[in-house]
Amino acid sequence: MNPRRIGGDLSIVAHGYVRNPIALFFSLIFPVILIMLFGLIFASTGATTVTLYAQDFDHSPTSVAFLQALNKTHLVQVQVVGASVGNLSTYLGQNGDSAGLVIPQGFGQNFTAHRPVKVILYTNPQDASSAGTATGALQSVISAFNLQAACGGNSSGNCTPVIGASSLNVGSQVYTYIDYLVPGLIGFSILTSPMFSMVDVTASYRKDGLFRQLSLTPLTRGEWLASRFIWYTMLTFASAALMLAIGSAIFGAHVTFSIWLVPFLIGGPLFFVSLGMLAGTVSKIPETAAVIGNVITFPMMFLAGTFFPVSSFSPGLQLVAKVLPLYYVIDGMNQVLLFNNLSRAIGDLAVVLIGAVIVFALAIYFFKWRDE
Amino acid sequence: MSNAIEVRALVKRYDALAAVDHIDFDVPEGSVFAFLGPNGAGKTTTTEMLEGLRRRTSGDIRVLGLDPWTDGQELHHQIGVIPQEFRFFEKITPKEAIVYYGRLFGKQPDPAALLDQVQLTDKANSRFDTLSGGQKQKLGLALSLVDEPRVCFLDEPTTGLDPHARRAIWKVVRDLKRDGRTVFLTTHYLEEAELLADQVAIINRGRIVARGTPREIIETYGGPERLRVQGPPELAEYVRQKLGIAVRYESGRLEIALREKGDALRILSVIDASGLPWNGFATERDTLEDVFVHLVGQMDEGVLKSAAPTAGGAP
Ligand SMILES: Nc1ncnc2c1ncn2[C@@H]1O[C@H](COP(=O)(O)OP(=O)(O)O)[C@@H](O)[C@H]1O
Ligand SMILES: [Mg+2]
Repeated sequence: MNPRRIGGDLSIVAHGYVRNPIALFFSLIFPVILIMLFGLIFASTGATTVTLYAQDFDHSPTSVAFLQALNKTHLVQVQVVGASVGNLSTYLGQNGDSAGLVIPQGFGQNFTAHRPVKVILYTNPQDASSAGTATGALQSVISAFNLQAACGGNSSGNCTPVIGASSLNVGSQVYTYIDYLVPGLIGFSILTSPMFSMVDVTASYRKDGLFRQLSLTPLTRGEWLASRFIWYTMLTFASAALMLAIGSAIFGAHVTFSIWLVPFLIGGPLFFVSLGMLAGTVSKIPETAAVIGNVITFPMMFLAGTFFPVSSFSPGLQLVAKVLPLYYVIDGMNQVLLFNNLSRAIGDLAVVLIGAVIVFALAIYFFKWRDE
Repeated sequence: MSNAIEVRALVKRYDALAAVDHIDFDVPEGSVFAFLGPNGAGKTTTTEMLEGLRRRTSGDIRVLGLDPWTDGQELHHQIGVIPQEFRFFEKITPKEAIVYYGRLFGKQPDPAALLDQVQLTDKANSRFDTLSGGQKQKLGLALSLVDEPRVCFLDEPTTGLDPHARRAIWKVVRDLKRDGRTVFLTTHYLEEAELLADQVAIINRGRIVARGTPREIIETYGGPERLRVQGPPELAEYVRQKLGIAVRYESGRLEIALREKGDALRILSVIDASGLPWNGFATERDTLEDVFVHLVGQMDEGVLKSAAPTAGGAP
């Protein structure tokens, strides 16, 4: 690896790129258009009914009736989640949901026995309107139940409320769609800009004999690949900066820059530059190579958490996502930018880097300058 | 003088096809060697084996003492190559291309001087995809010179070019020779081989069918010198009877093969004495083209000239 030669080749890549408006558009402008588009679409859908995630530890006829009553208010839509999701507050935060309800065990028994019992409502103070809606709906259902319990069965007694509610803020930060969109679209750039052009470049340079031409110079295959890798890493940094800036400045995304983002912005391009080249070596016909490239790229473009968080997928699709290399890039960036979960991020990074090294080695092995 | 290129019993097979079939030749250092042959003769295949871009099936190649396939990296510092159809990065200008090659080779070329040498100065800042075929070829030539090669390989450098561009490339080839470089050139233009080359090898169907200087090839394979005279058919009959020799007659012209120069005088005096009208006499030799057509035609009929020179006998 000779830095002078890599630098020389890099300047050729840069010149070629800058003079190719389409490539530039797809690498830098297109993700900006996407974030604006998706950001605006999803920011403006002020949902009229609030989804209330309910964890029912009681499973009694009373608790079921209570949840049904909530649904009948038409202010909230109850979505029952199992105990398996763990702490409801954390779960709500990670899924960008603002309202949740926990019904404790023994709720029905206590209610029937007229012993006081409390449900817990989680709301997000930053999302005042849905917090208000959820609180209102809950209060009205509680009043109706209390009325029935205390006064309905016993006409002479005074009406002491049985059910109370303690209202808590959602414990962890509530993440919204735009928060996921920022790492998702950085991942989109990491995937698409090297994949689309490396496949094409590799196949068409081979067809045009440009690699044989280069084989007559001291430039090595490793240096050639290195200069592309540096170029796409630079593009990735530019695109990440744009996404972070637009996401937080325009849409108020809750992303916090962390130095741990950097390894993903390097490992990701290394993986996909090598993969693009590998795909390009499969066929000498640029059109065939492009098809192969698309077969690899398209599933990742939609299923690895680019436009929609993987946690919102069905369990089956989530399994699919987990075999896609881009998933680990995007999940890692989510951990770093949103959840501050470093240990999981490092696990993701390890997957990305090991994969990148393997694909890089395969690309170098299968990619020949000259024919036999 | 030592040889820049030595080739012995070189063979390249593609399945059943022997694209190059046991060829031998030497190229002395500092000379221009032309590989002349029709399309599909095996010129590019041979050239690329010499450049280390294709692997040979068998035989031996030494270029500057190196085996091009195994010592490619080392050899590439000493040779310059222009492929048959030179291509480069589409959006890059000739000037940038030269600077790029300079950085790859660790040289500080002067783009202006190199572009001037190949007469491409006016296109120094035009993108490659806007250049004409000849201009692209000229850039290829300029790039091959960045590393100051000792041996230059030019595979059909002028095919498809207009006469002006062709002449420009010829001039570069002459300059290369003047600077003491060895040039290996392929062409299917006889004129080009005749004008530029110290040595010519005619290749057909993977075999060398003639080799030497253009003059030697003509003398070995060409027909005898001929006398041509314009006159009526009766004159041809008269000469045949009078001298008892073969006379070809075609479109108002007699053609008589000469065994020696003196023959011409005797024949002309007989013609003059005939009393028949005649004029416009001239003598004529086969050109390299005649020889080429003759040899390649022969090969096509599967008849190998038995006198074809054998390996390693370059004069
Ligand atoms: N890669 C290849 N595979 C199969 N046949 C080839 C290949 N390259 C060249 N040939 C065949 O070898 C013969 C010589 O080709 P080539 O050297 O390109 O001829 P020239 O350069 O003299 O026109 C031709 O018949 C051609 O079809
Ligand atoms: Mg050829």
